[in-house]
Amino acid sequence: MSTQTAHATSAFVEDPDTPEYTVYGADWSEVVDEAKRLGQQRIVVNMGPQHPSTHGVLRVMLEIEGEYITEARAGIGYLHTGIEKNMEFRTWTQGVTFCTRMDYVASMSQELVYCLGIEKLLGITDDIPERASVLRVLMAELTRIGSHLVAVGTGGNELGATTIMTTAFVAREETFRVIEAITGLRTNNAYIRPGGVSQGLPEDGVAQIRAMIPKVKAKLDELMALQGKNPILQLRLKDVAELNLSACMALGITGPILRATGLPYDLRKTDPYCGYETYDFQVPTSTDQDAWARVMLRMEECYESLKIVEQCADRLEQLGDGPVMVADKKIAWPAQLALGPDGQGNSLDHIRHIMGESMEALIHHFKLVTEGFEVPAGQVYQAIEGPKGLLGVHLVSDGGTKPWRAHFRDPGFNNLQALGIMCEGGQMADVVVAIASIDMVLGGVDR
Amino acid sequence: MSDGTDMQAPGPESPSPQGREPLTLINVREGLFGAKGDTSGYDGMVDRVQMPGASERPYGEWFDGVVDILSELLGDDADEAIEYVVVDRGELTLYIAREHLVAVAQHLRDDQDLRFEMCLGVSGVHYPADTGRELHAVYPMQSITHNRRLRVEVAVSDDDPHIPSLVAVYPMNNWHERETWDFFGIVFDGHPSLARIEMPDDWVGHPQRKDYPLGGIPVEYKGAEIPSPDERRQYR
Repeated sequence: MSTQTAHATSAFVEDPDTPEYTVYGADWSEVVDEAKRLGQQRIVVNMGPQHPSTHGVLRVMLEIEGEYITEARAGIGYLHTGIEKNMEFRTWTQGVTFCTRMDYVASMSQELVYCLGIEKLLGITDDIPERASVLRVLMAELTRIGSHLVAVGTGGNELGATTIMTTAFVAREETFRVIEAITGLRTNNAYIRPGGVSQGLPEDGVAQIRAMIPKVKAKLDELMALQGKNPILQLRLKDVAELNLSACMALGITGPILRATGLPYDLRKTDPYCGYETYDFQVPTSTDQDAWARVMLRMEECYESLKIVEQCADRLEQLGDGPVMVADKKIAWPAQLALGPDGQGNSLDHIRHIMGESMEALIHHFKLVTEGFEVPAGQVYQAIEGPKGLLGVHLVSDGGTKPWRAHFRDPGFNNLQALGIMCEGGQMADVVVAIASIDMVLGGVDR
Repeated sequence: MSDGTDMQAPGPESPSPQGREPLTLINVREGLFGAKGDTSGYDGMVDRVQMPGASERPYGEWFDGVVDILSELLGDDADEAIEYVVVDRGELTLYIAREHLVAVAQHLRDDQDLRFEMCLGVSGVHYPADTGRELHAVYPMQSITHNRRLRVEVAVSDDDPHIPSLVAVYPMNNWHERETWDFFGIVFDGHPSLARIEMPDDWVGHPQRKDYPLGGIPVEYKGAEIPSPDERRQYR
């Protein structure tokens, strides 16, 4: 081990001759002086895992020469919770409550891709009521807006622009109000279920959606005005963390980073699901391939998502009340919860039916909820356009009531591989910009 | 699922000419509830669950064309390289022999009529009952040019869990292969740095294998004790 030097990618060096510096706060100049005195050329700086600008618990190992990065490597795994393994021990329906906690900023994207996968395994993709599909699209788009706003807002905050964050979070809160009114929860909703969604719109649901749209739009306009011509922000983001199309292809990058290189690749257009082909929206692209382009694309995508939300409201109004679950009683979990005075959801009509009216209904309820439903053996791969890129799920069933294997391809996990190529050769301060422009959430990366 | 050794197959039912079991044996389930000695009388049930079988031509859609082009590019190796072709639920799965995986991936990526530019990672699956082919690596491939998706699957045994790395062809698979090594113990030969990625560096074992227990502690709830999820009485 003594021949090794401290190096970001090598194994841990246990060499008493290698100097180690511990830096707290503002004594950097002392460290630099000490390094100069010892004639050290290279310094390895550890950033995180508890660093406020790493969007969770990301550890970045940076090898620096002066202010410049010569090598950057990401260390992940600090938020690994074994969600995929846990899902193998729960019924297919219960799995929703696990996968929603992966990328917790875009909860319902995981729910959607997981449920679409199960439905493909069951062969009931075409039996999903239209109302449920519209609600899924509505939720997917509200989630996309929320996720993009967090990306843009925290990205601004990390550069010291707190107002960008507060404005973005106010707008996100507006989407949360509607999400809460419909699903009962702000995040980790477990709203989308195999076969449909857990409940339909509340009485004034459409009105609430319609009231939200102009509020979010106003905040988006405010954010655009705040960022669009801001010279400081542009200086920090333009031509920083560049990644061109061939690098994106080599590293499997999808989502806004890929679209910022000019390729309009969006699964909602190329491989539509939930009837996305029937909605009118654009896929914004740019050719600037830098952090600034990604921020602007995310903002534009929010406007496009609002357009889809508006169309969802129209369709929901037109469709009126009705089922939001498949008709097959062997799959459809009891749904249609009503919000009680205690703030808890409950389905009083359903309880009256199973407890007071029908013994068979009680048996059926018990079997379905405790045992679950069987999914024919086989495997599927389902992908959707998540806010952060291609979100895929690989599901294997052994014909039982639980997944044999559920694997998620989180776009953040894949895209984070680009951190090195974005940072190396750039300045230390731009690492924060690069991380923010990748926009991963470590809950999804580590799962 | 902590008793992975109990799930040994009673023996292949119909070995194919190559001496291989034609389909992936996913699981062998005994009894109805997992608990032994229950009073239902269903204790003796043995259920062998297998993957949908190899498909016959025509495969439908664009599948025939892709398999033809790939066979042509592989030349004499084609029969050996492509073990089975399975079309199920509108998805194409190619079972590839590991010796030919890199060549297959290279063709899939580079040929203008195939052009699967992206490999969407690698998902490991553990089938303890599938003797000799316990560990599967599943590679979903995405073609942006032709807007197609197929699945390449490689099976290896527990005793020799080596698969050539695809990082040279698909650099994006770097972390995905590390993850599959971490969770399943599949060794990707030729990977530039096959270190653990999610678990701590000094972790022992590969947690997503079926013989690795989930873990957990019993929880008391209103006077009753609820066992941990993998110790609970289960249906099937």
